[in-house]
This record gives sequence, C-alpha cells and structure tokens, in this order.
Amino acid sequence: MRETETWALSVQGLTKSYGGRLAVDDVSFNVAPGEALGIVGESGSGKTSVLRCLAGDLDEDSGRAYMSGLDGGQTNIFSLTPAERRALRVSRLAMVYQDPALGLDLGISAGGNVAERLTAAGWRSFGAIRQRAAHLLERTEVPRERMDDLVSTFSGGMRQRVQLAKALATNPPVLLLDEPTTGLDASVAAGVLDLIRDLLAEFRLAAVVVSHDFSVIELLTRRVMVMHNGRVVETGLTDQLLADPQDAYSQRLVAAARS
Amino acid sequence: MSLNALLEDTGSADNGYGSGIMDEHTKRDIRRALLSAVAVPGYQVPFGSREMPVARGWGSGGLQITLAIVGDADVVKVIDQGDDAGVNATNLRRLIVGSTGAAETTVTAEASIIQTRHRIPEEPLKSDQILVLQVPVPEPLRGVERDMRELRRMHAEDDYARLWVSLYEDKVRNGVITRTTGYPCMIGGRYVMATTPIPRWDCPKLHQAHHLSLFGAGREKRIYAVPPYTDVEPVTFDDVPFEVERSPGRCDRCGAVGWTESFLIEVPNSRTWVCSDTDYCARRRLKDRRVKA
Repeated sequence: MRETETWALSVQGLTKSYGGRLAVDDVSFNVAPGEALGIVGESGSGKTSVLRCLAGDLDEDSGRAYMSGLDGGQTNIFSLTPAERRALRVSRLAMVYQDPALGLDLGISAGGNVAERLTAAGWRSFGAIRQRAAHLLERTEVPRERMDDLVSTFSGGMRQRVQLAKALATNPPVLLLDEPTTGLDASVAAGVLDLIRDLLAEFRLAAVVVSHDFSVIELLTRRVMVMHNGRVVETGLTDQLLADPQDAYSQRLVAAARS
Repeated sequence: MSLNALLEDTGSADNGYGSGIMDEHTKRDIRRALLSAVAVPGYQVPFGSREMPVARGWGSGGLQITLAIVGDADVVKVIDQGDDAGVNATNLRRLIVGSTGAAETTVTAEASIIQTRHRIPEEPLKSDQILVLQVPVPEPLRGVERDMRELRRMHAEDDYARLWVSLYEDKVRNGVITRTTGYPCMIGGRYVMATTPIPRWDCPKLHQAHHLSLFGAGREKRIYAVPPYTDVEPVTFDDVPFEVERSPGRCDRCGAVGWTESFLIEVPNSRTWVCSDTDYCARRRLKDRRVKA
C-alpha cells in the first residue's frame, strides 16, 4: 500500500465528527500523480469535510494521510505541527475553495495574492516574484492589465482564476478543489473547467475534486467516489459509475442528476 | 520566603515601598519583563502597564521603563523629536529627576539613560548607555492583521508572508516602499519588530549597536528590546535596497549636511532646514567656535 510509485496522496481511515454526529466515516483512497479523483454526494455527505481535514482547516478525529513527496510517504501529515502543516500547504498541498474569500485576500491585488504564496515559500526578490506572478496569472487567463487590481473588483470567474494561479505558485504536487465552479454561471464555469482540466494535465497534478455537479466530475476526473452520510458507498471509473451505478444511493443520485 | 524578607530584599530605605512614583515591586515586575525582552530580542513581552502621571500615548511606556531602571548614579536625558527642550521632553525629564535621585543632562555623551520619542541621537551611543523608546504601536503586523491570536501565531511560526505582501503591494502601487517611520526590521534573524516611531534614517543605528535599546508601549502593554551587538535588518526585497530618508541642503544653524550627516527637519514656512537632534547641532556649533577662536 505504501509504494510511493503508485500514489501521490494516500488517505486511510479518515474520520471526523461534529458533536457526536459522524461527518466523515472511515474514508480511504489513493490518488496517483496526474490523476484526478472525484468525490460526489449530496450536501452534508461529508465530501467537503474530507478536503478540509486534508488541507488542515479542520482537525481530523482519526485516520492517516501520506504524501509521496513528504519523507518518501513515511510521515502521516496529520501528525505534523501546525507550523509544518502550514509549510505543507505552501509548498505541496494547495486548495481551491468554492468561496474565493477563503482562499484569497480580497483587499489586495491579484499579483499580491500570488506573491503571498511565493513569499511564504521564501521568495525574496521583487523582480522574480513579479515575473512569476505575471506568468501564472497569464497561464490562468487573467488579463495582464488587471494584475495590480484589487481582487474585490474581480468577477466570480476571475477570482477562481486568481485562486488557481495562487494555488499553482509553488508547483505543488497535490491540488484539492472544492466545488471550484459552483456559483458561476454556465458559460463562465465552462471556461474555468477547461482551464482546470488543462492545468491538471500540464502540471501532472494529483487532484481531488469535490462537487455535487456531475458535469464537473465527468469533465475533470477518471475515477470517482460516491459519499453518503460520511461513508464511501461506491468507487469506480467515472464514466462507468455514472452510466451504471451499482449502489442504491448512487443510483438515486445519478437518476436525480440525469432527470 | 516571608513577606517581610521580600520587602527587605528590595534594599530600599523606608517602608519597603521606596519613594517616588513607582514602588519597588512594580520596578521588579517591569525589570523581569525587560529581562525577558533582552533574552528574546525583538519579541514583544506583555507586562502589567501601570497608570502613570502622564496619559497613555504621551510616553507612559518609556517612562515606566526609565523609572524601573533608573538609580541615584544615573544621568537622564529626555528628547522629543530629537529636541531636549520640547514640552513633553521637559516635563518627563523633570518628573523623572524630581522623583528619583538621578541627575539630568541634555548632553548625549554624558547621559546613562536616554528616553526618546521619534529619534535616536546622531552621536553613536556607547556600551554603558541605555536608550529607552516610547512606542505608540508595538505591533509591526498591525497593518496586515487585526486578530491578536493570529498575530501571535504569525510571530510564533515566523510567518511573515503577509508583511512581505504589504511591501510588495506598496512597491507595485507607488514604485517605491513608502513606509517611513516605524519601518519593520528583522531582529537577530528571528522576530520582526516595529522600530516605531523612529525614521528610517535611524534604523541602521540599531544594527550591531554598542548600546542597549528598550522599547515600551504603555497603552498596548508591551515591552521589547534590542540588546547590544544584535543584527537589525530592515525587511526588504533582495533587489529593492533599503534606503533612508535624506533631507536636501544643510542645517541652517550648524551646517550639517542633510544627505550624509544629520536628520534635518524643515522650519515651518521658511524653506530652511535645521538638525532634528538639538544637542548634536549645538555641539557642532560649539566646536566651530573653538576652531575659529
């Protein structure tokens, strides 16, 4: 299970409860480099809690998580100190939030948001930071002339592009995406999804994509887990599972989405 | 240890409470905070800030430090904006000297304790001198974060990314880093400290200085220190050199060159400049007269 060749992120037995109610119940999965794993489920199924535990926004109750890039996959990231966890977030494990206000400082410029990640990683040259931020924002299709505008003046879709630029600033091997296009209108969402798909391939990212929207999962992932009441009820290849769900709950979920 | 033994231990003559504004226990309390501050350069030590006969914001933090360390053998100088004759400086000096056995001076070289607001004297201080700074805002990250717990976490984890971002934003918006007084400096390679409220011009004087610098913020209840021979590095990008303010022209009184010798201030409505440090200016004029005589 620990051959680091086959996975970039390995989660085992992750459990989290809120005041006695189990939100995440013994969830385990592996994600390979260059692979995107989808997690689908209705609201309250625990899919976002999984990401937040991995990102360190929430403390898990039990479970282990390993990254192949960290001590050759020998160190449980949940055992790290808060400072080490933060360092991990800066260099190896980036997250894109549904709400840009969680991932960005809206009161500073787009370039400044990317610069924050870079300075946290130890970059100290203004010229190099500026160049890298410009490059990333160009890659995520934020117009060059808007680089120095406050993010609070940006549209929703543009904010997600800035989040992506910030997330990719330090070339992390693992990217967590929490409902990255929810709340955007269809045409903007399609553009952001195309960009995410290209970035996942280009940066060979191991990604975990959480969404309640099957079209997002279909477009971005090859493999998908269905979560219900905190448990994984079914795992499979995305096209197969969506075409022919086996579990009773999966069937209801897919039927509801298709209708 | 009995209470009596504690009181005797303070070595004070009368009832054990000492005379003047501060009792001996208070002095000890503040000296303990000072020792912590010296032991961890740049770290803000919380302390029980007392009510002083001056209002918070008028140097009560610096006054408490001075009163806690001053002794009969000390010679005290107090400056406000480099000026010994400022109203605030004069009042504080009278208060300190009048309530303790210390002597007063305006001569930088003669002073053993120099309490100051806004300036460090131009004349380099020696290893037997202590500089006490009155601090309005001790938190260098106040501009980027308001949550006190988060601020403590940032200092504890050496997480100054958002300070760097504020410098980045400043440079992008204005082409230069515009922050003038209270410029953030990295102390001993570990803690970022507000060098408040001295101008940038004075920051290099703290680097590897011979003297001890003590910073007191009365309203914010924080004490911090730069011990002698400590690295004080202004926070700036590798490719954006730290620059001090340089005043144009010369001092109208002593002729000191603003670009290299002395921090000058403009005389209102006159287009002339004079030294901010009045003792330094007076000493230069005295020397000139001696040379001419």
